[in-house]
Amino acid sequence: MILTYAIATAFGIVSAAILLNAYRLFQGPDVLDRVVALDTMNINAIALLLLAGIWWSTDLFFEAALLIAMMGFVGTVGLARFLLRGDLIE
Amino acid sequence: MEELPLYLQSIIAALIIFGAIFAFIGSLGLAKLPDFYMRLHGPTKATTLGLGAMLVGSMVYFSVTKGSLTLHEILITLFLFITAPVSAHILSKSAIRSRIYDSTGMVEEKTRELF
Repeated sequence: MILTYAIATAFGIVSAAILLNAYRLFQGPDVLDRVVALDTMNINAIALLLLAGIWWSTDLFFEAALLIAMMGFVGTVGLARFLLRGDLIE
Repeated sequence: MEELPLYLQSIIAALIIFGAIFAFIGSLGLAKLPDFYMRLHGPTKATTLGLGAMLVGSMVYFSVTKGSLTLHEILITLFLFITAPVSAHILSKSAIRSRIYDSTGMVEEKTRELF
């Protein structure tokens, strides 16, 4: 019972966090601000997937969360490196 | 969701709410702080800690409902705790290279020394 309310509240809080990230994503004065906003959105998406996994009591979402974590890191490093050098592989 | 004893529900609920609040504080920092180097602090520290707490809560829940210790979530926690500082470092490096300055002028001074 407590857990139901806690997960619903956490869904709300994390969704608000994603809205704040979207604000920075559209507002960001520089390209790198947008990259950081996307990276944070990835982390918050992992949080939402975990909450959904507890809500429906299944571990189907775990693989999706792991994939998002890995692809998010690769994407962030790729974008930052592209902005740093203008090229991914020399 | 399965019905658990009250003390286990309270532990999991506390971990999840703690994690959600920390994730929100990190995103708030990303949205509110004035320059890029300050904004980098929120997502890389607070949000990572929040997600770690939520993953521990999820680990406790699945360990209790399945009746055996599940350590899947440790994988994501370890991966995030290793990669978050790496991506923050490479982002701030590329910010210095693309000449984004902060409000105190310290980065500008350092950039002059470097290039």
